[in-house]
This record gives sequence, structure tokens and C-alpha cells, in this order.
Amino acid sequence: MRFSFLNVVRQALSNNEGWPEQWASPEPKAAYDVVIVGGGGHGLATAYYLASQLGVANVAVLEKGWLGGGNTGRNTTILRSNYLWEESAALYEHALKLWEGLSAELNYNVMYSARGVMMLAHNVHDVQVIRRHVHANRLAGVDNAWLTPDEVKAFCPILNISPDIRYPIVGAALQRRGGTARHDAVAWGYARGASARGVDIIQNCEVTGIRRDAAGAVAGVETTRGPIAARKVGVVAAGHSSVVMAMAGVRMPLDSYPLQALVSEPVKPMMPCVVMSNTIHAYMSQSDKGEMVIGAGTDAYNSYSQTGGLHIANHTLEAICELFPAVRRLRMLRNWGGIVDVTPDRSPIIGLTAVPGLYVNCGWGTGGFKATPGSGHVFAHTIARGEPHRLAAPFALDRFRSGRLIDEAAAAAVAH
Amino acid sequence: MSQAFRVPGGVALDRARPISFTFDGVAYAGYEGDTLASALLANGVRIVGRSYKYHRPRGIVSAGPEEPNALVGVARGPGRFTPNLRATEVELTDGLVATSQNRWPSLRFDIGAISDLLAPLFGAGFYYKTFMGPNWLGPNWAWKRVYEPVVRRAAGLGTAPTAPDPDRYARYFDHCDVLVVGAGAAGLAAARAAADSGADVVLCDEAAAPGGSLLAETRATIEGRPARDWLAETLQALGAAANVRILTRTQAFGCYAQNFVGLSERLPEPALIADPTLPRERLWQMRAREVVLAAGAIERPLVFADNDRPGILLAESARRYLNLYGVKVGERVVVVTAHDSAYRAALDLASAGVAVALIADLRDEASGPLPQAARAAGIEVAVKASVHAIRGRGRIEAVRLAAHPGGMRTLACDALLMSGGWTPSVHLFSQARGKLAFDAGLEAFRPGPPVARQRSAGACNATFGLQEALAEGDAAGRAAAEAAGRSPPDPRAIPVEGAPPAAGGTLGAPLHVLGDRHARAFVDFQNDVCVKDVELAIQEGYRSIEHVKRYTTTGMATDQGKLSNMNALAIAAAVRRTSIPEVGLTTFRPPYMPVTFGAFAGPARDDLFDPARRTPIHAWAAERGAAFEDVGQWKRAWYFPRRGEGMRAAVAREGRTVRAGVGLFDASTLGKIEVVGRDAALFLERMYANAFKKLEVGRCRYGLMLTETGYLMDDGVIGRLAPDRFHVTTTTGGAARVLAQMEDYLQTEFTDLEVWLTSTTEQWATIAVQGPRARDTIAPFVEGLDLSNAAFPHMSVRDGKACGVPARVMRVSFSGELGYEINVGSAYGLDVWKALFAEAEKHGGCAYGTETMHVLRAEKGYVIVGQETDGTVTLADLGLDWAIGKAKADFVGKRSLRLAEPAREGRKQLVGLLTEDPTVVLEEGAQVTATATPPTGSSALGHITSSYPSATLGRSIALALVAGGRARVGEKLFASTAAGAVAAIVTAPCFFDPDGKRLHG
Amino acid sequence: MLLIPCPYCGMERPEIEFRHGGEAHVVRPPDPSAVTDEAWTDYLYFRSNPKGVYAERWRHVSGCGRFFNVVRDTVSDRILASYRAGEPRPAAPVEARR
Repeated sequence: MRFSFLNVVRQALSNNEGWPEQWASPEPKAAYDVVIVGGGGHGLATAYYLASQLGVANVAVLEKGWLGGGNTGRNTTILRSNYLWEESAALYEHALKLWEGLSAELNYNVMYSARGVMMLAHNVHDVQVIRRHVHANRLAGVDNAWLTPDEVKAFCPILNISPDIRYPIVGAALQRRGGTARHDAVAWGYARGASARGVDIIQNCEVTGIRRDAAGAVAGVETTRGPIAARKVGVVAAGHSSVVMAMAGVRMPLDSYPLQALVSEPVKPMMPCVVMSNTIHAYMSQSDKGEMVIGAGTDAYNSYSQTGGLHIANHTLEAICELFPAVRRLRMLRNWGGIVDVTPDRSPIIGLTAVPGLYVNCGWGTGGFKATPGSGHVFAHTIARGEPHRLAAPFALDRFRSGRLIDEAAAAAVAH
Repeated sequence: MSQAFRVPGGVALDRARPISFTFDGVAYAGYEGDTLASALLANGVRIVGRSYKYHRPRGIVSAGPEEPNALVGVARGPGRFTPNLRATEVELTDGLVATSQNRWPSLRFDIGAISDLLAPLFGAGFYYKTFMGPNWLGPNWAWKRVYEPVVRRAAGLGTAPTAPDPDRYARYFDHCDVLVVGAGAAGLAAARAAADSGADVVLCDEAAAPGGSLLAETRATIEGRPARDWLAETLQALGAAANVRILTRTQAFGCYAQNFVGLSERLPEPALIADPTLPRERLWQMRAREVVLAAGAIERPLVFADNDRPGILLAESARRYLNLYGVKVGERVVVVTAHDSAYRAALDLASAGVAVALIADLRDEASGPLPQAARAAGIEVAVKASVHAIRGRGRIEAVRLAAHPGGMRTLACDALLMSGGWTPSVHLFSQARGKLAFDAGLEAFRPGPPVARQRSAGACNATFGLQEALAEGDAAGRAAAEAAGRSPPDPRAIPVEGAPPAAGGTLGAPLHVLGDRHARAFVDFQNDVCVKDVELAIQEGYRSIEHVKRYTTTGMATDQGKLSNMNALAIAAAVRRTSIPEVGLTTFRPPYMPVTFGAFAGPARDDLFDPARRTPIHAWAAERGAAFEDVGQWKRAWYFPRRGEGMRAAVAREGRTVRAGVGLFDASTLGKIEVVGRDAALFLERMYANAFKKLEVGRCRYGLMLTETGYLMDDGVIGRLAPDRFHVTTTTGGAARVLAQMEDYLQTEFTDLEVWLTSTTEQWATIAVQGPRARDTIAPFVEGLDLSNAAFPHMSVRDGKACGVPARVMRVSFSGELGYEINVGSAYGLDVWKALFAEAEKHGGCAYGTETMHVLRAEKGYVIVGQETDGTVTLADLGLDWAIGKAKADFVGKRSLRLAEPAREGRKQLVGLLTEDPTVVLEEGAQVTATATPPTGSSALGHITSSYPSATLGRSIALALVAGGRARVGEKLFASTAAGAVAAIVTAPCFFDPDGKRLHG
Repeated sequence: MLLIPCPYCGMERPEIEFRHGGEAHVVRPPDPSAVTDEAWTDYLYFRSNPKGVYAERWRHVSGCGRFFNVVRDTVSDRILASYRAGEPRPAAPVEARR
């Protein structure tokens, strides 16, 4: 049933008893054309675009737990595309364009909220780095503008722009089209769209092995619900990518860390945008529900535990309270962790592997949510065509052999 | 208003101390010891808040921190407004100003309540299905411009604070042998047993007064004394013990790895008013050898239609209001229960003169000792009960229920006490990764074997009887002390009388509510989640309990599902026709209760947020009116404006002064590392791209350190002091990173080398004296050194004395002029600086800051790591590959230079750029393109890394990284500006004295 | 916050005294010029990142300053062994004192 105000009213009149299942939950078949390992936003988007745009509908998405239960449901929902390197900006801009039409595309309100993402500069070095972003983005056709401190204050009144504080705000970059979206809705919306187009979504189905034929090519997967044959397997397992890829004997340039986030109790609107500060490691926005949504750091060590140390939250809230002194009396409601897979250059890996039929999409680190539609879209193309999508090509795994990295971390490096 | 519902009794109250307070602007009276909730109930205030979605009028449901409805804002002067406080936890203080939330214009008449009339539209997840179009307005236009602003204004609870919080917060690390969480019966027994063992014990409790359920206990005796006397004596004994600390108002909110427990302690408001130096809250980060969890249990609401009406509250909470605060929750009450414990409440209320119209028990029979006692007291008891309707909107007026005997009837009442039984508080156990097991008999998740060194005792372990809880607490306390290495005494028998067992309980919703899509039967009060919402979620395929939670938002309110989670789970299981364990449990995450941001941040604010590093010369510069810039943690003098000068004029003057005479620059922030040992030269050869073995003693070399991936990481001058001793300098921001990389390789890769590394950054003050008159400036102060060119040439280092103190003098230059850097002990830095400055002034010299330093070096084309480089730049890109020790077999980063990318042709190279218009100063970060109007989406050739007006050259200069740049010298390229592209000619990256003659002056 | 046993100091200290140093026993080729690009980039970039028992480096920066190795279960974060740099990874890690 189509989602619309009219149908909401109609269903309300009949006690909402007519709403159908948003996605089917079939038993796995013996074989599919494509198996996607991982039922998060990226995996479901991949399946959706395979079925909706590439004519590959005989697809299964295998999720070991519940849909969107990994980083899709654990992030701080920030969307932006103002990356430094043109390869990155192109990929994230592709995603942002898809975000803009996603609610209509999926007929599911993902609440894309173009409220603006502001990245603060606190010193001369920040100004140089951020202005470089602004110039590079402008050339790439990605909106990004430089704001003076007064303009910063006008855009986000609760910021403290006094020049006398420890890390004064000397300016900012603002991407107006950046913003937030409702994280769960993205997974659910793609699941509903994919299911309607014939994709089998199978939850509680953990992949335990990757089968290969005599020639070494992929032949399918072993799962907790039995073997499933497929000539193409796309691994979209985020923090668990190293584990799944190891099943095919493929070693990855990844480390998995717990990344924490937290929210306050809900309050009436107090900030209209997203604010990020790389220098003091703080970022915050306010959800539509009223919670202040705050991204904390990763723990220092590799872990799959989804829990982090208390000192990480302490450190984050020190920075948040310094930047937003009015929030000091608010209270932390929930603090959680996700497992992020981080590459040496902080850019994702999308593409083919040395194993024929095995495709991988991982390494999104702390910033994968914003890429969800674009990631799924280019990965679907890559799987369907058997060769990298134009936008995905620079992100191939073999860049770690040639040394042609896309170093977004280095772009923010501080020295002198 | 008089306190119409106040009755005699109330152990928590001090009736000699009346208190006045206001709620929504109306003045009320209460007593010291009241909570805001008890005082409001005493005054007959029933509506205390509005629900989140439907704005339904809501009253107080509980007496504790699990309260979902009674959330208020409390103000105490500027910056001290706190939203979303639970009235059940707000201690009443004289003059307290509290306001209700989420209503407009008033609590009684709330426009938002219209949403209650439209409730069928607002079923679970309705917002995912609408608010999307119309699409002809443009994608997402309507959501952004219309719907989201409305949604945002309607959502949220309390008003957001706007002013900075003036209060202080403290943060501690602490240790103990045994941490006991919860000072109820089990916790007290555990603390006593552990204390008797000599263990270092910390006992914490979230309430102002420890005691848990014992505080409201009227009938039981423990060890022969009334329970409350036993409580007082036990607390007194524990309080007197030197090895026990009792932390009240202290919530154990998080259990982290290896028994690292977060506790948040709030101080009472009167104490804060009396002593403003006290912190408002303290965060205790407690490392406990052993933990005893005695966190108790939370009573469950019953799920029936309109179960959210004001006046409907938890039975044990009604008992607490009576026994602790002398408050009767109504004149005529009906009790609906599935657990014996509610009979205790009925008996106590009846004794206090409250009419108990009926105890309606949901169970088939009610035959335990408590029901028998109720019957014996003349209270009517009926079983097989079911609630069918509630009358009254702002306050319950009657309940329609069916029960046996009596059948269907309507009973007038002004309060309804409910109990669905008790849910053990297993949050901390679960946070510590303990696995929970569902006990079908008890219908509760209870702790399985612990993973951490923890023990659960009492109600949180589903041990509900008083005697059993005391025994379990005693055993847990002894076992914990023993595990912590103490010798506990023999087990103690703790006899209890007058506490008959209480059993029972129900989960979820009764059959007549399940499937009734008209019933407004609330599961989660605050978030307005009804049974039908859970049903709808499952109907739509949201089967996992995590999906149910997220789709309906049940359990996501500020009480985090303390009242609602088990009922939601049971309803989901019933709808799915499966078992509760099959549906699963959502994860318990910290914090157990909301904790103030300020407590986490602690004292780290303002100057203590990230303490700034200052050089020994900082105060002098500040006195001179220097502007400072932040570089890493350092404050560096940026420029020294004279009266009326802006930055640009000051920098021009400073630069001209250095080129013409002499300038002093505080270079103390540079990283300094002393590298010493037999293999020091060999070690530097491996760490740096340069050769060092042949560097003569007394000479310096410009060192370039790469990452192992082949890119420039840091630079600095390295001087050889002796065959086995080097003075290494680094960039200001790179000091720690360089030392860490050196230590890493020394300790783990080059373990054959005999080398010691010592950071000397803070030990030396470094004064750069630059300019043609530099030698004249330092000569009067330097002893024991021949400063002549022949004896002390450029790139040399000598140890001598300056101003009579030991000095390490390096002849180096980052300005292109004759230059010295004089290092003296930090304590002497300021005096030596002053002496040198006085001398420099005689030569027309001045002090200059980092900005002039940057301009001077840019005129010379010297790179700054972090400005010309960004971690992706090789030495060849910068034209610095001449420095590589070609003969060396290996150094860090060498092998990577052979990979395809670092060796690629056409990489970006460092060049100079001169704008066609010499007055135009390009913007750093501007993109360099081949044409003036590159099409959007085209690739840049590179970007501007440095750009300044140069006083020396009388025009602007810029450095840039440009693809194939060295082959483009003479070409016209374009740099982006906000107003369009600016033409510039590519040059070599050195604009001044390219032969370096001035260095050797 | 983990409690980490430092084998040089002989005691458990809180995590904030240490800095994580990535996977342990990733050996830098003794003669980098002699190895292939693949072997070199294996050393630079590719890691085992296991879910389970993991050997990692820590440096006691706010203590003795030494690098050492820890064997830890990345699922439970439980530390199973701690030993000095250069010592072999214990074959069957003895469970460390919690």
C-alpha cells in the first residue's frame, strides 16, 4: 500500500488494521543471482538499486541480526558532501543528490533535513584547511561557504563566539544542503522498496562461510540457515568486514573500533543545524524529537564489543560543554557504541576483489551513514556489471597496493 | 491551598520546618523532607504534566526515579534552569520554583491536546508514511519548510536552557574493595558483612535517604527490632566504621570494563546555596575489586484502557507517599493488582483512614497471607478481575471493572493503585555483559552467571522476600570481601518477622485489551505508546523487539523503559504468539538514569578545558600587546602591533626590520629531542631521509622525516654536539609525534641500536635572532664562542654561555638572513630575551611573531610542514629530494617511494605564483586552474598553500602545489577567489636572495 | 576504561596511561628494498583485525614509556596476556589476573 496522507487517514478510520507488512520475511531459497551479506542501510540500498535499476531482482540480503541493527541504527545521522578530494566529493555528492529525492523515490519519509552542516575553524591552520575545502568544493560544484564568526552566530545562536575562550571560533564552512536524516527509516525504506521488487530479505541469518568453486570463484555462502548458492556475493558488513572477508581468505586493510555516540533528554528546539569541530573533537545536532545528538570518539583499540570507555564520553562532553555552554545542565539519556571499520586513508573500499564474484563495500569508518544511497547505488552497478562504477573506481581495494590513497585524514593534519 | 491530603506520619518529613514553593506560579506549602511530588500530592495537585505526543493530562505514577510523567523544569537564578527533572526526585527546598512542561498555554488548557482527538492518525510510525509531498514543490521542500518545523516545535519536552551554567562539577577517580550498589535491605546486609571483614566498602544509593523499601516498612521486624529501627542502627554502625563510605543521592549509572563503575552524586540544593564553592554534582569513577549489585526492583504498571489518567499510580508508590511523606493519594481508592505486595499498600492506606473500595486481583485466586490480612481487615477482595474503563479525564473519577464475586461494576474513586508485579533492576549486571535468563515462573529476566566480579542480591536478583534478601545480601557481602582478599566472619542469621511472602505478577496486556484497536491502553506513558501501536508494528513486519522499540518508540523516553519494557516485550510475544525469550530483550545501555553533561565534563572548562602551553617569554609578549595564535596547545605570539597598527602594517614593519637590521623571535615552542648513544648517528640515518653519519661535530643539517608510507611528516634542524650526541628540533605541532615515531622504531624495529631519546622541549627557551645585525646583537652576551663566519659558519652549533648562563647557540636561519638560535634553560629565557631585546633595539631591531616568520620564510620558499604539506606530499614534490641520503640502503619511508603513486609522473609540485596584479593577495586554499572559468566539476591543477603581502618585495607572493608545476614556470594560471579567478604566473618557489648570500653574511 | 598490565612496571594501570600501537608482530621487512610491492604494502596496510583473540601493541606513555604486547579478546575486551616487546606471543595465553 502506498504511503500517503490520504492512506494514513483512510487507515486511521479503520483502526490501522489494513497496513500490510512493509517487507516480506521469506525462507531463504537455495540459490540467488546475488547475495548481499549485511542488512544495514548500505546493503539494503545495494539490493534496492540492483532490483530497481539494474534488473537483478533475484537477490537475497542476509542479515545476522535485525535490519539496520549495526551502524545504520547507531550513528549521529549527519549528511554532507563537502569532502576535500574530488574523488570523495564526487561520491558523497552523488549520495547527497540521492538523499534529496529519497523520500519520494522510496515513498517512505526518511526525513532528510537540509538544515545545514557547519564546520568550525578555531585557529589559522583550521582556516587554511577549511578554506581549501570551500574552494575545492566550489570548483567541484559542491555547495560550501565560508562564514565569519558573526555569521556563525547568526546561523547557530547558542554557539559562543567570544574571542577570549580557549578555542575561539574564527569562522566556519557551511554546507547548507547538509543536514540529517532519520537513520532507521533509511534501512526500512530501502527494505520495503527492495522487498516490493522481489528481493528476499532474510534476518537472523548469519553467514558462516564463503564457498568457492574449483577455479576459486565464488559459489555461494554458508549460513546458519543452510547453504545458499550465488555466483556473486557482495559483502557489506561494516565493522565485521574483516571477519567476513577472512572467510574467503581475503585480508583487508581495516581496523575495527568502537565508536560512541550519545543523546540528551529531549528539549524544545535549541539549535537549528549541525555543528562540527574537528579541532576540539565535537559534533552535535538536535533530533526532531528534541534530543541533542552528539558524536563521541572511537576507543583507542580494536574491538567488537560495542561498548566503549567512560573516558571517551567524558572527553566528548568536555568539548561539547565548552562549545555550547548552555547545554551543561542537560543530561545524557543514552550512550551507545557501534563498530566502525577504518581504513588507513579514512576513505571507503568499494569494488572487486582478487576472488572472482566476490565484491566488497566497507571501510566507511565514522562517516558511512551519509553515503548510504550513493554507496548502494555505485555498489549495485559494480556488482551488476562486474566492473567498478565510475565513481567507485578510485576507491578500489588495489589502491593499497599502488599507494594511490585518498587521504581525508591527512587533509586535516595539524603541524607547524 | 492547604495540604488537604496530608495525614499524620511520614518518616521523611521534618514538620517543624515548613516550606513554601511554587508550581506553575501557584504557591504551595510543604515540609522539609518532601519531594516535589509528595508536596504536590499533599496539596491535591493531580495534573503535573502533559504527554509527549497526545498531550494527555498526566499525574504522578511513581515515587522514584522511574517516574515517566511528572517531569518539571526547576529554576534557581540565571543559568540555573534545569528541564526534565522528575518531581519524584526533586527535593523540596524553600522558594523552589517549578514549572510544568510540554503544554501551551497552560497545563489545564493545552492546545496540543487536540492531537489526542486525532490520535488514530498518529499511530506508530505514521510520520514515515506522510509529510512527504507535494512533489511539485520540489523534493523535500514541504518537509523542510512546513512539516519539520511543526514537528520540531511540537516535540521535545522541557524548555532548553539558554544561559551558561554557573555551577561547578567535580570528577574523581576512586578505588574500593567492595562497591555495594543500593542501600536497601540486601545492600545494607552486604555492606555490613563486607565491612565486618575489614574491606574498604563504598555503599551508594540513589535516594537522599538510604533504606530502599525499609523506609516505608511498617510491619516487619529485623533482628527483633522494627525494620526502620534496624535500618537506623545499621546505618549508624556503617557510618561509624572507618572502612565504609556511604554515598547518598548517588546513582550507579554505568558499569564498564573490569568493574569500572560510574557513579553520579548530586548535592542537595540547600548545601549549594549555603556554600557556593561546592560542586553541584560529582562524578565518581570507581574501580572496585568486587561489586555487589543490590539495585532492587521496579513495580510494573498494569496495561488497560486509559491507564494513564491522573490518580492512577503504582501501589507501592502510594504506600511510600503515605509512610514516608504523610500523604494519602486519595480519599477513596481502588486497588487493582496481580501481586500480593499491593495488599500491603491497601492495608497501610486503610489504617490511615483511606477508604479502600475494593482490591481487584487479576489472578484466579488471592489466598496468600497478605490477601488474607486484607480480608481480615475488612477490605473487600475480588479476583479474576479485569479493568474495562476509566472515567474522568483530568483525574480519575471511577473505574469500571469486572471481578469475582461481584461481576461488572463501576466504582467511584479518586485514586487507583495498580501493581503488575516487580521487574528486577538488572541494568548494571547486563551492562557488565552478564547474560540474563528468563525465569518463566517469576516472569522475569534475572541475572545468570556474572562475567565481571559481581554478585547480585535481593530484588535485583529476583529474590523478593525480606528475609531472603537480607540473607542473600549478607552472603554476597561476605563472598565479595573474601574475593577481595579479606577474611569475613561467619554467616550471620538475620531473623525477620512480620514480613509475609508476597508473590504474583503479570506481564503485558490482558486478552480483552489485545486486539482492541480502540483501547487507549498505554505501555509507555511518556512516549504515548499504546498496545495497538505495538500490534501495528508487528503487523507491519517490525518483529524484532529492537524494531518494535524503534518503530513505536516504546522504551525510548527519559525513563528508558523502566516501567514499559517488560510489558512491551510480553505484548510483542503475545501478538507474535511466541515466547518472551524468543522475542529477545533490548540492550541495556548506560546511563541507568540520565546524568548531567556537566558531571561528565567535570572541571574541564575554560582555562582547564585544555590547558594552554606558554613559553617563558609569553608574559613579556603579552605585556607588549602581542596578538597570539593557537598552534596545537601552544599560544604563540602572532605579531606585535604598535599603537594604531593593524596586523598587516605590523607584519610589514616587522619583516622590513628583520631584513634591514635585526628581529627577535620566540622559537621556544619548537620541539627539541636530545638523541644520545653509541648508535645515535646510525639511528638518525634510519629515521630521517638525510645522511647523518658523516655530519661533523658542531655542524647542523636540515632533517626531513617521512612516514613509512613515504610522505613528509616533519622537519627540523639537527645539530651534532658530539660523536654520540645530537640536538634534534621538530615542528611545534609535531614534537610529540616525532618522538613517538622515534621511540616506536627504536624499541620495536631497530632494537640493535644503543640510543636514548629525551624530550627537551620544555627545558630550553629558544630565541631566534635574525637579520644582518644578528651577530652584533648577540655578541655582547655570548661568551666562549668565536662568532666569526670562519669559526661559526651557517648551519653550525656550539655550546657556550649567553648572559652568563649555559647556552646552546645554533647558527641557523628560517628567514634567509644571518641568524642564530640561542637556547638557554627555560628559567633564564625571559632574562636573556630582555637583554637581547634591549641590544636589538639599539640596532633598530624589534620583536616579531609567527606571521612575519611565515612571510620571511615564504619569501625564501621554505616550506612549513602542515601548510605546504598535508600528509600526501613527497620530498620530490617539494623539490627537497636533494636532501635524501642516496647511499643509504634504508630509512623510514624509503621503500614506499618506489610504489606506483609516489613515483608517478605529473604529481603536484611546489612552485611560486605571482599575481599579475601585485596588490592582489590570493587566498590560501584557493584552487589553481589552467583557465579563468573552469567548468564546474573539472579537476584543479593544485592549490595555494601560502600567500602573503611581502613588504620586502613590495608585492604579493604565493606558494602553490601544482600538477607538473616545475615544468610550468612562466605559464599563466588562475587561482579561484570568491569573486572569480585571478591570473598569476608560475615561478620558482623562491622570491628573495635565491643564491642564499645573506645567510652567510 | 581497561586495566592494562604493564610487563615492565609489573602492575595494572588504567588505559589512559597507555597508547595503543596497533597489531603486534607485524614485522617490518629487514631489507625493505628486497621485498615486492605486495609484501611491502602488506606490512604497511593489511591487518588481521580478528573478532576474538588478538595480539596488539601498547605503549606505557605516561609510565615507563615502553612498548609491549597484549593478547586480548576483542569480543569481551578481556586481556589474556601481557609480555615484553620482542618476546614471542604466548602459544596458549594464560588468563591474566582480572
